[in-house]
Amino acid sequence: MSAMDSTHKEELNVQTAHVEHTHDHADEHHHEDTFISKYIFSHDHKMISKQFLITAIFMAVIAMMMSIVFRLQLAWPGKSFPILEPILGKWAPGGVLDPNFYLALVTIHGTIMVFFVLTGGLSGTFSNLLIPLQIGARDMASGFLNMLSFWFFAASSVVMLGSVFIESGPASGGWTVYPPLSALPEAMPGSGLGMTLWLVSMSLFIVSSLLGSLNYIVTIINLRTKGMSMTRLPLTIWAFLVTAILGVLSFPVLFAAALLLIFDRSFGTSFYLSDIYIGGQALEYNGGSPILYEHLFWFLGHPEVYIVLLPALGITSEVIATNARKPIFGYRAMIASILGIAFLSFIVWGHHMFITGMNPFLGSVFVFTTLLIAIPSAVKAFNYITTLWKGNLQFTPGMLFAIGLVSFFITGGVTGLILGDSALDINVHDTYFVVAHFHLVMGSAAIFGMFAGIYHWFPRMFGRVMNKKMGYAHFWLTFAGAYGVFFPMHFLGMAGVPRRYYSNTEFPIFNDLVDINVLVTWFAILAATAQAIFLFNFFYSIFKGQKSSQNPWRSNTLEWTAPVKHIHGNWPGALPEVHRWAYDYSKPDREEDFVPQDVPMTEKELAEGEH
Amino acid sequence: MAHDATLEMPAKKLWGGGTSPFGASYGKLMMWFFLISDAFTFSTLLIALGYARHVHADSWPLVEEVFYHFPFTHAHLPLLYVGLMTFILIISSVTMVLAVDAGHTNNKKGVLFWLGLTVVGGLVFLGSQAWEWYTFIVGGEGVMKTVIVDGQAKEILVQGANLQYNEYGHTQFADFFFFITGFHGFHVFSGVVINAIIWWQAAEGVYEKRGHYEMVEKAGLYWHFVDLVWVFVFTFFYLL
Repeated sequence: MSAMDSTHKEELNVQTAHVEHTHDHADEHHHEDTFISKYIFSHDHKMISKQFLITAIFMAVIAMMMSIVFRLQLAWPGKSFPILEPILGKWAPGGVLDPNFYLALVTIHGTIMVFFVLTGGLSGTFSNLLIPLQIGARDMASGFLNMLSFWFFAASSVVMLGSVFIESGPASGGWTVYPPLSALPEAMPGSGLGMTLWLVSMSLFIVSSLLGSLNYIVTIINLRTKGMSMTRLPLTIWAFLVTAILGVLSFPVLFAAALLLIFDRSFGTSFYLSDIYIGGQALEYNGGSPILYEHLFWFLGHPEVYIVLLPALGITSEVIATNARKPIFGYRAMIASILGIAFLSFIVWGHHMFITGMNPFLGSVFVFTTLLIAIPSAVKAFNYITTLWKGNLQFTPGMLFAIGLVSFFITGGVTGLILGDSALDINVHDTYFVVAHFHLVMGSAAIFGMFAGIYHWFPRMFGRVMNKKMGYAHFWLTFAGAYGVFFPMHFLGMAGVPRRYYSNTEFPIFNDLVDINVLVTWFAILAATAQAIFLFNFFYSIFKGQKSSQNPWRSNTLEWTAPVKHIHGNWPGALPEVHRWAYDYSKPDREEDFVPQDVPMTEKELAEGEH
Repeated sequence: MAHDATLEMPAKKLWGGGTSPFGASYGKLMMWFFLISDAFTFSTLLIALGYARHVHADSWPLVEEVFYHFPFTHAHLPLLYVGLMTFILIISSVTMVLAVDAGHTNNKKGVLFWLGLTVVGGLVFLGSQAWEWYTFIVGGEGVMKTVIVDGQAKEILVQGANLQYNEYGHTQFADFFFFITGFHGFHVFSGVVINAIIWWQAAEGVYEKRGHYEMVEKAGLYWHFVDLVWVFVFTFFYLL
């Protein structure tokens, strides 16, 4: 990228630089791509987005299969499933899942879903695809760093998956890897090499995330096309921008926490460890605090929730407005609530730690900040509903998934009020109530946002449309499956069933609840099966799907003004100029019910003022 | 200067697209955002240090009674050497400013001279840190301490410091000393390597051909950041 080569300080006129930038790319059209530069080490944001998407789909399938295996154990504890032995070998002797491997499965399922699918996969795919296309840029600011970002992600995926195949098994202390369990290699089988690989993988992941985020932020600041002011940006871009900022500010804290953990594990420091015995043997650790790790982890961990959710919310705003054929309700309120959520997410981490012995007064401060998040969240939920209200709803599969997100966001958000309150949280902490809450509000909601994005922008990615009927089947089965899995878990949690336990057969009090677990597992199998429809639809449509027109959803944003066939630099000739916001749907006295952003304002519109 | 030009633009036009609102190239902006990110990493470590000091206030040593050595003398000179190190690092920031300034006027000789001095300043700092670590690890006469060796509590003579125990005070004192100064030292080391590469590229005439010395500016941002972080480390570890 030589975009800014001409930015000599003395004559740094960025306007000129930008024009030169355009020319640079126009010349690049002659480049002959080799297979390697086009498909493997590509610098093109559209290809990198596809690489992220397909890697994430692969990781998601593995993490989903893991969940089915541990769901079998939870529904039928100790029962032999002969099919497991050939797959898992020594981890399922006689077809019964090994307790250590159960813990490993839960840990790796969580890690992959949170980081690899919903962080790397969701942001990586859609930030890469949409940022340059929706702001009217030729590519990301730095194509090279963008390429590195993907390959660090790929490397960290390989290390994480590789850790499943080592003799002592992968990390098993839960996806939050609290010390001392994670700090003492002799604590449990998964705390050995598996834990080391987990930390290596996460370090690579943090590098990938940082490179990606820096690129997204800088691209949005510097490379918006003429007329694309911040208040004309589609809400997707606002969400990606704020997500990237959250990543830049919170991942370094995890990085520091992980470095201290590595030193405790490998070099004998005592940052997180204090007077501790293992197997009757006193260890030399002295004076550290495992609670310190929890603080550092959740300072990342809570913003991470919004790193997962915000892109999905941004995608939903776009998909819902397009398919309701209405301007998004409360555009500026939506931006404000994204910023509000992002700010608040940094001062609420204590609500993950109410029972760590935290001073109740401090706890109540965290309760206050936590409950404040309900305000911007409710603004968003109501704005989605008011956008849908009396809209001319187009039920495309993308739209269904976007509405599904709104449903999960509300259902899961309501239980957040209970968990965010320290007095109520004590009763349900570390139970299935928590599992139900976050699987609905960030798991299901974010994955539905991702599906909405995939169905909606598939034509932009592959030039073809995904099959609508299969999309409908996929939606309804997944929607029913997700509620079937996570809704009953609330009742398990309120009855006191603890999360992460291999089996509850030792507690007669829970005997009556086994049927609920059986029901949940059947729904999980249903939802997993439904993903086969998606996978078939996805890969079939890449090659055989119905060819897409340039603007299949009759949408306003700039990505639909670019030709269907992917070219370097996105637009042949000059970049489009922007004259209006992204939500001019169903404007009175217009023939069409949409006005793309690059259509100049009429005299009348200018007189009336912008939206 | 770019800023003078852009400041005159009304905010609406500045953020209206088609231009860089901060009047800075993407590379410089990326460096700024990276530094913000890195600042969070260091803040994390310093906050953890503050926590440990607070909890172990009774067994935390007086820092000036630990670091009183000075090369080639046995005089008791508390914090003098680390003060000198700090001074050298700050001076290397000054030479960096002069290198960046020489870059603005495409003065290749000036860039090479001042950037060269910056590299030397960085190396002197790293060498000083190595000396300080060495002195800290070797220690003095030592104290008798009860420590756990192979699962048994034993009274032994502890001299100097390692990651398990040290003669100066609480275990955490040495742990944080090694980790924070080590982590910062690694940043200085990376900075020296980066500066050296840029010096070499400047000497080869790469930037002359390019027509500007922006790489020196970007490396300068990083170098100033590393120096600034040291000021905080110095304050929170040594002075407070």
